[in-house]
Order: sequence, then C-alpha cells, then structure tokens
Amino acid sequence: MDLSIPQELTDFAAEVRAFIRAELPDDLREKVIGRRFDILSADEKRFWQRKMVAKGWGAPAWPVAYGGTDWDVLKRHTFNEVVADEGAPMPVPFGQGMLAPILIEFGSEEQRQHFLPRILNLEYFFCQGFSEPGSGSDLASLKTKAMRDGDDWVVSGQKMWTSYAHQANMMFCLVRTDPEAERPQQGISMLLIPMDDPGITVRPVITLDGEHHTNEVFLDDVRIPGANLVGEVNKGWTYAKALLGYERTEVARIGLSKRLIKMVKEAAAKRTVNGVPLTETPAFRRKLASLEIELKAVEMLNLRMLSNVRRNLPGNEANMLKIKGSELQQDLTELMMEAQGTDALRFDRDAALDQNIDLFGDVDYRGDVTANYLATRVVTIFSGSNEIQHNILAKELLDL
Amino acid sequence: MDFTLTESQSLLRDAATRLVADHGDAPDIWQRMAALGLLGIGIDEAHGGTGGGFHDHAVVLEALGGGLVRSVYIPTVVVGAHLISTAGTDAQQAVLLPKIVAGEMTVAVANAESASFEPCERIGTQADRIAGGYRLSGVKPVVMGADTADVIIVSARTGGGPGGREGLSLFLVATDTAGMVRHGYPIVDGNGAADIAMDGVALGAETLLGTEGEAASLIDLATDRTAAALCCDAVGAMAALNALTLEHLKTRVQFGRPIGKFQILQHRMVDMTIAEEMARSMAVYGADEADGDERVARGKAVSAAKSKIGDCARTVGQGSIQLHGGIGMTDDYAAGDYFKRLTAFEMLAGNSEDHLERYAFLGTA
Ligand SMILES: Cc1cc2nc3c(=O)[nH]c(=O)nc-3n(C[C@H](O)[C@H](O)[C@H](O)COP(=O)(O)OP(=O)(O)OC[C@H]3O[C@@H](n4cnc5c(N)ncnc54)[C@H](O)[C@@H]3O)c2cc1C
Repeated sequence: MDLSIPQELTDFAAEVRAFIRAELPDDLREKVIGRRFDILSADEKRFWQRKMVAKGWGAPAWPVAYGGTDWDVLKRHTFNEVVADEGAPMPVPFGQGMLAPILIEFGSEEQRQHFLPRILNLEYFFCQGFSEPGSGSDLASLKTKAMRDGDDWVVSGQKMWTSYAHQANMMFCLVRTDPEAERPQQGISMLLIPMDDPGITVRPVITLDGEHHTNEVFLDDVRIPGANLVGEVNKGWTYAKALLGYERTEVARIGLSKRLIKMVKEAAAKRTVNGVPLTETPAFRRKLASLEIELKAVEMLNLRMLSNVRRNLPGNEANMLKIKGSELQQDLTELMMEAQGTDALRFDRDAALDQNIDLFGDVDYRGDVTANYLATRVVTIFSGSNEIQHNILAKELLDL
Repeated sequence: MDFTLTESQSLLRDAATRLVADHGDAPDIWQRMAALGLLGIGIDEAHGGTGGGFHDHAVVLEALGGGLVRSVYIPTVVVGAHLISTAGTDAQQAVLLPKIVAGEMTVAVANAESASFEPCERIGTQADRIAGGYRLSGVKPVVMGADTADVIIVSARTGGGPGGREGLSLFLVATDTAGMVRHGYPIVDGNGAADIAMDGVALGAETLLGTEGEAASLIDLATDRTAAALCCDAVGAMAALNALTLEHLKTRVQFGRPIGKFQILQHRMVDMTIAEEMARSMAVYGADEADGDERVARGKAVSAAKSKIGDCARTVGQGSIQLHGGIGMTDDYAAGDYFKRLTAFEMLAGNSEDHLERYAFLGTA
C-alpha cells in the first residue's frame, strides 16, 4: 500500500496545466466555467479537440495504434482532473468515449480505419440515439425499426433526448431488426447514421435551464448502407450494455466537482450573512466540509477501483461511481446556489446587462448558478437513472 | 382548535381556484382578481376592501401557487396594503387603498439589503432631511414586483446607525420619481423583480409612511408577512406538483407496468406526500401567527414555517423531477415550472438556513 503520488505524475499535471493555460482562449474558458451545462458550439468543440489531438492528447483512453496514449488509469485520471480544473472543454463523449471503444472491440477493421480518425478530430460529431418516447429506463423495448432492403437498412421511428443532435453529423442508433426475437434484447442492432439524410428531422427540446442541449429525432425511411452496421446483426444490446459502462465512468466527474467546490468557496467568501462572511458561518462551513469530504471519498473510491483495472471500469464499480458522483454534483450545485443567496434568483437568460449596472455592483444577471442547479438534476436521470443503478447493483453485486 | 375553513373561506377558495383554472395565465388576471374582490382582502370596507385576515390570504395564495399564477399579490396586497392600512395617514389610505383594491396600482416593498435573519440592522439606505422632505440614497437588491410597481415602500435610515433597529423610516416612493433607477428581470420562476438604486432621490414629507425613526416593527411585520405568504403559495405548488407526479407514476409504463409499481418510487412518493402535509400544517401555523403583533412569537412561528417548508419544497421539487425522468427536465412541461416556483420560494425572503438562524436567535432572545 502506497498512496503517494509519484513525482512524475505531479510534473505531468503541471505540463498539462501549462499547455492549457497557453492554448485555451479566455472566452472559451469563460464559457466552460460559466457555470452552465455545456453551451459550446460545435466549432468551439472542434477547435479545442484539434488542439488536443495535435498535442497527442486527443483521446487518452484509446490504444496508441489509433491515436491514443499508453497512460495508465492514474495518469488519465490526473489528466482529466487538470482539464476540468482549468476550464478546458471536455471531449465530446459520444464518439470518443462511447462508440470508439465499441468499434475497437466489436467493429470491422474497415470501420475502425474509417471512423476512428474522424471521431478523433471530431470530423464526425456523433450523438447517441438510444432513448425513445416509450423507452427510457426500459431501453430494450425500443421500437425504431430497421428493415433490410438489399444491402441497405431502411430505418423509421423516433428517438428522444438525443443530446447535441443539432450539432452532430452522425448518430449511433439502436434499432429493432428482429421484432420476432424471443426476448426483446435479442432483436436489436446498432447502426451508424448520417444526420444529413433527408429522412431525418431534428426538433429542439429545451431543458429547465432554458438551453438547447437535447432533441427529438424523427427518422422516416432513412436508408443506411450495410457497412454502417456495428458488429453483427441483433447483437446491438450487447454493445449497448458495454457502452453504457464506458459512459458511466465519465459520470463520476471528479474534476468537475473539484472545480465546483472551488467556485462555491469563492462565492461564499463574497457573501455575508448578518455581516459575517458565509465561509465563517458555522452551518455553512459544516456543509462545505461535509461535501469536501464526500468528494474525497468519491475520489478515493474512484482511484481504488481504477487501480484494479488497466483500462476501463467493468460493470459494478461504474454503477457505484455513477450513483455517488452524480449525487455529489447535485449537492454541489445546490450549495453553490445557497452560497449566492438571493442573487441566485435573477434568471435573465438574455442577460439584459443594459442599464446602470455599475450601480448594483458585482451581480450575476445571467442566473447561471440557478440554471446549473436546474440542469444538474439530469445527472441522476440519464445514462441509467440512479434507481436503475441500484437495481443493477442489487441484482448483480448482491445477488438479491 | 379548528382547522376547517369558514364558509366564506370555502367560497373564497372555490372562486379563486376557478379563476386560476380558467384564467391563470391570462394577461388580465390581475384585473380579474380585482373584479372578484381578491385585491380587497385585508383592506377595510371604508376603502373599498372586504376585510378579512391572513387565513383569507392563505386561501388565495394556495390557489395562485397551485395554478402557477404570476402576480404581485404578495407585495401589493398581503404586505403593501397592510403596511399602508397599519401605518398610513388618513390621506395616504384614502388615496392608495382604493386604487389597490381596484387593481389600478401595484406596490413593492424594499427592505432587505444584504442577507440577514435580521433585516433591520443591515439597512444602510440613507434618508437625509432636506427642506420640505427627504433625500434617499441606497441600493436594494431583488425586490419582488418592483419591476412593474407604481409605488415602492422603501426603508431607510433617518437616524441611528448600521447595526441598530433605531432610526428606521418607511417611504412611499412613486417609481416615476426622478432619480429612482430600476433594473427589472424575471426571477427563476418567471415572476418579476428589480434591483433598485436611489442616488439622492428627493421626496416630499408626505411620502413618510408611519412615524419617522420607528419603522423597525413595521419592517419585521413586512418580512414576516412576506415569508408566511410565500409559504402558502408554496403549499399550493407542492400539492399540484405531487398530483402531477402521482398521475405520472400511474400512467408512465416501463418494463411492462406503470412505474408506480416499483417500490422505491412508491416510497419516495409517500415521502413527498408527507412533506406536503407537513408543509401545509406549518403554513397554517405561520398564517395564524402572521397577523400577530408580538414580534418574537410571530417571528418564531414564521421562521419555523419558512425553514421547514423550504426543506419540504426541496423534497417535493427534486423528487418530482427524478420520478418524472427525462420529461421532468423539459421546459415546456408543468413539473419543471412547479420545480422552479419551489426553487424561487426557497431563496425568497430568507432561505431555510437564514430562518433556522433567526429562529434560534429569537428563541434565546
Ligand atoms: C437532458 C437529457 C439528455 C439526454 N441525452 C440522451 C442522449 O443523448 N441519448 C439518449 O439515448 N438518451 C438521452 N437521455 C435519455 C435518458 O437516458 C433517459 O431520460 C433515462 O434513461 C430515463 O428514461 P426516461 O426519461 O424515459 O424515464 P423513465 O424510464 O420513464 O423513468 C421515470 C422514473 O422511473 C424510474 N424507474 C424506471 N424504471 C424503474 C425500475 N425498474 N425500478 C425503479 N425505478 C424505475 C426512473 O428511475 C425514473 O425515476 C437524455 C435525457 C435527458 C433528460
């Protein structure tokens, strides 16, 4: 047992930090740490991703052969933490974090050659077409169907909650290819679908923070070449399950929580209650301390679990990290709101920073803190709700 | 003890609920409330009102919260009109109250300046005497309804110093007075508010509301009435939101059955229902004390209600979004609107933490 951090890792963290500080434009950093859920444009995401690729840091978790790194989990963890802390954009997760590992494991060599480089530099911006109006937690009941027509697939149906479909040019999509299969899980396949097909309609779904992150996607006789099928027909469920595991490791979001806690402290230091800075108020100090401890606990849990594996977290560790990481994120956005007091009430999305603002001093008219609180309610709902995570753990880990 | 509504309160509830159901989001809702006599509650008959006490307000407020009505009922009727009725001169009452009753004038109340469970002590806005009146300078953040108000009741120091309860006075400031600057915006639930700044605003002596230098007890009264009223509104919102969530549990099907069949969701829904009942009980308690004259008893009751109901609001609001799943996150579905209303409720007029502190402070005083 030795929990010390090797000097080499500390040096590496400093190197990453220096690189980001030198390369990341202020306005981009501002947007990332603007306390709102991802509001970067596709171009901004591409700009930063390509900078990282040029540095060799575009997809640290991938094998070296495809443009990844040979970093061990601890080094990747360190990297992610610095990226989050510095307010650099996180990689778009769908292509890089979810689809790519599936292609590497289950895709054809042609698919790897074609898709991986384009995912890496974000020429292909993927979105995730899993959920449907009637199929959320019960994903396997999905109805969007794909019929064979010669070598092609013809897809019709509706996807729901397809985040960033309005920025994406590709979608990895679960479709029903065998309606007769004995179990619904056995009749599902995964297709890679270009978003510019005339049969595709994307409609915005505005979330509680007033932003456009997600969409409904309608597919009407969309024709897809057979080469865009991932792996084998009717094995889509296997791939989806593996993929959701990759997705969930991202959700612990330790680096993000570290940044949030810093912001809470900054806000609290500026606010006084009864003339005393909030940071010196016993009740608030205890809450802050308790979340800082929770963060440490989740981080240690994450590190301990990571240290048992070389690359990706298998099932149940990811389930646990998803639950605790998401709850922590929500608690922090809640405390952040409390730290801002009544100032957090202002919810002027269009930011009428127009008249006489200097009279009112340093106030936030954008309502970012509150918007972030509202938007962060989603983290216990998506990528497998926390109730579903509990069900899985009860069944798989505890055999209940 | 009798927790039942009187006959006239039942009628009032029915009328308010019907109005809200039919016209809750109509642009002329305020005029409709006036036509129904709702804006005259608590105002005496001589000035066109219908009299009544805080429990009557409570009935209306619950309907407003339940129907997500955006209005200035709290600052104008529950607090503003009450301050004018309590402390105004005959002339002030004769001019202002009939206009409020008729829906022709709205009022905002600007007291707190920085976070405190004791707003009086933190008031720094200065009112200097000048010939024929006063000159006001200061800033008041996040004043409910001040974006559209015709008159703002502003507290300021005519004497004493920061940290004290002495030397505070109230002024009726017309919002078109020269030098009064407002920056209006929607708060998180869509209701309006404004930051106001006064840099040497000249006021006539007739704008003084109540006795110069003795407004502290009125400011406490305004603070308590605002908080108690918000509690009633929040209970209405919680009840409506719980009904919506329950309906969703019964109709949303996953894994071949309504999600309400999953025990973990059942238990959470039960907790949310208990929270609503606790909140309703505390709102009644707060409302009952809100008309009281005794500062400590009233303050403790209201702070107890505000902090407890704040916690309940969080349980119900967050729980509802979680149980709805993705649909709870969309901006054009009512659950989100209720959640935002409850989120605003928590922050307005002191959050749960502030009121916990205040309760402890008053309890040992
Ligand atoms: C902002 C946002 C972005 C999203 N982005 C994407 C995306 O890019 N791609 C994509 O495919 N999907 C996306 N999703 C969808 C997300 O994964 C689903 O919302 C999630 O799977 C829950 O499904 P649902 O919304 O249908 O809720 P439901 O499944 O209807 O769940 C409602 C409630 O019931 C509970 N529940 C359901 N079944 C059980 C059970 N068996 N036991 C106990 N409790 C249960 C849930 O936990 C939840 O509390 C997104 C959702 C949102 C809100």
